[in-house]
Amino acid sequence: NWPWTPVPPDGEVSYDRTVCHLCPGTCGISVRKIDDRPVKIEGLDSYPVNNGGVCLHGIAGLQYLYDPSRVKSPLKKINNRFVPISWDEALTLVGDRLGELRNDQNPEALACITGSDQGSVPGLFNHFMAAFGSPNYLTMPDLESWLVRTAKTLHGDAYTLGFDIDHSDFILSFGAGLIDGWGSPVACIQAMGNRRQRQATLVQIEPRLSNTAAGASQWIPINPGTEADLAMGMCAVLLKENRFDPVFAQGFKGGFMRFTAMVQKEYPLDKVAGVTGISAADIQKTAVAFAKAKMPVALPGKGRGEGAQNLKEFAAVHTLNCLSGNVNKQGGTFVKPLPKYLNFPDPVQDAVALKGAAAAPLAGSVQELVTRIDKSGESPVKALLVYNANPCFALNDPFRILAAFEKIPFKVCVTSFMDETAMASDVILPVSTFLERMEDVPSKAGLAATVVGLSKPMVKPVFNTRSPGDVVIGMARALGGDMAKSFAWDSYDACLEQVTARIWGPLVRKGHVVLSENPPAGSVETDFEFLAENPVTVKPAGDLEFTLIPIDYFRVPPTVPAPSPFAIKTVSDRILRGTDMFVEINPQSAKNLKDGGFATLTTPAGSVPVRVHFNDGIMPGVIGMVKGLGHTLDNRYVSGKGVNINALISPKIEPNSGMDAAFGIKAGISKA
Amino acid sequence: MIHDKKAHKYGMVIDLDKCTGCGTCAVSCMSENNVPFKEDESDKKDSITWMRVYRLTNNKPFPDTEVAFLPRPCQHCGGKGDHGHSPCVSVCPATATDYGYDTGIVSQIYTRCFGCRYCMAACPYHARYFNWWDPVWPEGMEKYLSPNVSPRMRGVVEKCSFCYHRYQLAREKAYANGSDEIPEADYQTACTTACPAGAIVFGDLNNPSHKVHQIVKPDPHPDPLNPDVVGKSRNPKVFRLLERLGTNPKVYYMSEREWVRKLGDHYLDGEWDKVKNVYGSASHE
Repeated sequence: NWPWTPVPPDGEVSYDRTVCHLCPGTCGISVRKIDDRPVKIEGLDSYPVNNGGVCLHGIAGLQYLYDPSRVKSPLKKINNRFVPISWDEALTLVGDRLGELRNDQNPEALACITGSDQGSVPGLFNHFMAAFGSPNYLTMPDLESWLVRTAKTLHGDAYTLGFDIDHSDFILSFGAGLIDGWGSPVACIQAMGNRRQRQATLVQIEPRLSNTAAGASQWIPINPGTEADLAMGMCAVLLKENRFDPVFAQGFKGGFMRFTAMVQKEYPLDKVAGVTGISAADIQKTAVAFAKAKMPVALPGKGRGEGAQNLKEFAAVHTLNCLSGNVNKQGGTFVKPLPKYLNFPDPVQDAVALKGAAAAPLAGSVQELVTRIDKSGESPVKALLVYNANPCFALNDPFRILAAFEKIPFKVCVTSFMDETAMASDVILPVSTFLERMEDVPSKAGLAATVVGLSKPMVKPVFNTRSPGDVVIGMARALGGDMAKSFAWDSYDACLEQVTARIWGPLVRKGHVVLSENPPAGSVETDFEFLAENPVTVKPAGDLEFTLIPIDYFRVPPTVPAPSPFAIKTVSDRILRGTDMFVEINPQSAKNLKDGGFATLTTPAGSVPVRVHFNDGIMPGVIGMVKGLGHTLDNRYVSGKGVNINALISPKIEPNSGMDAAFGIKAGISKA
Repeated sequence: MIHDKKAHKYGMVIDLDKCTGCGTCAVSCMSENNVPFKEDESDKKDSITWMRVYRLTNNKPFPDTEVAFLPRPCQHCGGKGDHGHSPCVSVCPATATDYGYDTGIVSQIYTRCFGCRYCMAACPYHARYFNWWDPVWPEGMEKYLSPNVSPRMRGVVEKCSFCYHRYQLAREKAYANGSDEIPEADYQTACTTACPAGAIVFGDLNNPSHKVHQIVKPDPHPDPLNPDVVGKSRNPKVFRLLERLGTNPKVYYMSEREWVRKLGDHYLDGEWDKVKNVYGSASHE
C-alpha cells in the first residue's frame, strides 16, 4: 500500500557476541541479526565489565555502520577536493611520501597521533614508528593517559590506577562524572545504581549540579578549577590531625616531610576556603569523613576525565587515597601494573631508524606539538599520521590546530568517518568500524579489573574499508626494505594471533580474558617530590566577569566518533534548538538576560551567539556549555548544530606536565 | 490463537532515584522499534520518542537545587475503573488503538489509523506522536531495520507498545514449550533490558511472583475516595502520573524524595498535604 515505506526483510534470527570499542568503556555486547543483517545491539550478560548493561552510544552502533559521513573508499585530496582512489594507489602514495623522509635521513619528522596507546592496533602504530625511526608518537589526553601519568608521578613507570567503586563505602569525587560518562560509563552507572543499597556515600564536588551531583549524597559546589587546591587543603587537614595510615606510609619516599610541611604552610584551611569557595568547616568535615570511612576512594578527572585536566589535581586527589592507606585493598584504589599481554617482536631498525628513534621527542602532548609547529617558521613535522583521533575538533582551540595542520606538508588520516581532522588531511585511509573487524579490546579508564575482550566482525565491511591493523601493515609494505621486514605478517588477524599468543586460546574461546580482578599484591612506594614543590594551579585565562566551563553531557560524545543521529535526537531542547546553542547560567547572575533569550558569549578566544538557559543548579558567576556539539563533518543529522566549546577556550599548558590544563576560560555575556 | 488465557496486566515501575537521565532507554526503544529520525529533532513537539526522558527540578535556588529524571513511555492506561476505556481508545473512530484485555496493553494499528489525532488530544501524557512526514533513512541505513516492527508512514499516529512483538515472541516460545506460563524474564521491554542503572522493572502486575507486583503492591479494589482509581500502590514511595484522573496507568514511578512524588500531579495549595500519605488500602492485602 505504501511502496515507499521500507519493509524490512524477515529471516533467521541469531545472536552473536562482541565487544564495543566506541569509547574507553569496552562493554561486551550482543548483536541480534536477521540472516546476516545486524538489527539490534544489546548489553552482553556475564561480560565482566558491564554485566549486561549498555549505553545509548553502543546501542546506536548500527547507525555508525551506515553513517552518511563514512569514508567509503581511500581518498586523495586534489585542489582541495577529495577524489576516490584504489587501496594500492593510496598505500603507494603514502609509502612514497613517507619514504622520502627516510631517504632524507629525517625519519623523526614523521609524527603520529592515536586516540589511545593500548591494544594491538596502537601497538602496531608504535611498532611502525619505531621501525620508521621516529620518537614522535603521541596519544590524545584520555582519562587512562591521565591516570598513567599520575601513577608515574607518584609510583613510577608502567602503572595505572583502578578504582574499586563497586565496593567502596565512601566516594569522594572531584567532579568525576560517574553517571556522566567518566571511566567505563556503564560500569560506573551500575555501581551508582546499587550505591544506595550498599549504603555507600558519594560526595560530589563540582561547580555545577551535574547528573552525578544530582544523584549524590551531597553536592559541594566549588569555584571552577580549584579542585587541586581543595585536595591539597584536605591533605593538610589529614596530615595535621595525623589521620593517615601509618602502615601504608612506610612506603612514602621522596619528599614526604617536605610535602607535609608545604601543605600545612601553603594550604591552611581559611586560605583554601577562600580559593575554593567552600567553607572551612565543610572542608574539614569532608576530609575527616573521608579518612574515617572504612573503604574510601577519591576520584580525580572532571566530567569524563579526558581532554584538558591537570596533573596537580590528579596527583593531589590520588595523594588523598595514599594517605587513607586504602590502596590495593578491596573497595579502594588499585595501583595496577599496566597490562602486558602483547608481545611484539623487536622492530628491525636500520641505521636511519636507529638515528631517528634516538632523537629527542618534539613534544609530550598534542597541544605541545602544535605549539612547536606554531612557533617554527617551517614545521619540524613533515608528515603526520592520525588514527582514531579528531584533534581538529576535540582539543581546545581547534583553529590553532588546523593552522598547524596547514603547515604540515603531508597528513594521512586513518579513520572511519569524514570528520574535521579527516577533512584537513591529504590522504584518508578508511577503516572498518568496530562491528566489521577483529581486534583486542583491553579495558582501561579506572576500572578495578583488567579485562581483554575480543571484538569480532559482526557484518562484512559495508564499504571499501580495511582493518586499521591491515592499514599499518600495508603502509609498512609500501615503504618496503627494512620497514617491511618488521611487518612480516600476512594480515592483521595473523599478527593479532601472534602478539596475543599468551592469551589467544581463551580469548577466542570465551571472547574475553580477565587479566586481574583482585587488588594487586605487594606494596607500592609513593614519591611526593612533584607535589612537595607545590606546582602552580593553572587558572582560567582572561579577566572577564564569568567563567565558562565545559559540560560533559552523557548523550553527546566529545571526541571520536561524533554523536549518532539517535544520540542527537535525545539532546534536550534546553541545550540545542534548531542550530542554536544554549548556555547555562544561574538566574542570580543573569542580570538583564532572559531565560530562553539570545545573547552574545565572549571569551579571549572568540565570540559566539548563544541562547540562555536559566539553571539554578550552576554556581552564580559560572557559564556552562555542553561539549561535543558544533561538528562540521559531512552528516546533516549531526553537523552544523550548536557551537564547539573548544573553539572558545585557549589552551593553557601546565608547566610540569606539558599538558593543556585549561578547564574553562573567563567569559563575558551580554544580551544580543 | 491465544493459548495463554490468563488475564495479564503488564506494567512497569521506574525508580527515579536510580534513573541517571542517560537516555539509553530512549535509544534502545528507537533502535528496537524502527523509530525514524529527521535532520532537526530539537522541536520536541514533532520529535517521535516513544520513550522520552523529562528533567524535573525542585525549583529551589542555588545551592538547594535538586534534579531528577522521569522516563515516560506510553502509560497503557486502563481507563476509569480500569475497565479498558483508556482516554485514547475511547476516542478513536477507527479502532486503530485498542485495549488488550488479555495483556492490559494499549495497541496501535498503523494501517487502520487515518490520522485524525483525536487520541493525541485525549492522551494526558503526550505519549502519542504523529508522523507529519514519511520516514527517510540515509542511504543504506534502512538495512538495520528490524522486521519485528513495521516502519510507519506519513499520516499515522504511533506510540510505545510495551514492545508488543516481544510479548508475541515470548508467547510463541511458551506455546512451543507446551507451557501456558510466560516466564518473567522472557518478556521484557527494550528499555527495561537496556537501562544500565537497573531503574526500570517490568512484568505482570497481576502476578504476585513478578518483581513489579512485589514493588508496586497494587490495590485491586477501587480507591474509596475516588472509585475511578484502581490499582493504587500500597508502597508509600510509589505513585502514578495524574493518578486522580482515573486513567489508571500501568506505569508506576518510585522515589524517596517527596518533591519528586509531588510532581506526579498538579496540586493546588494545601492539596498535596491531604493526599501525600494516602496509599492503596492495606485492608485488601
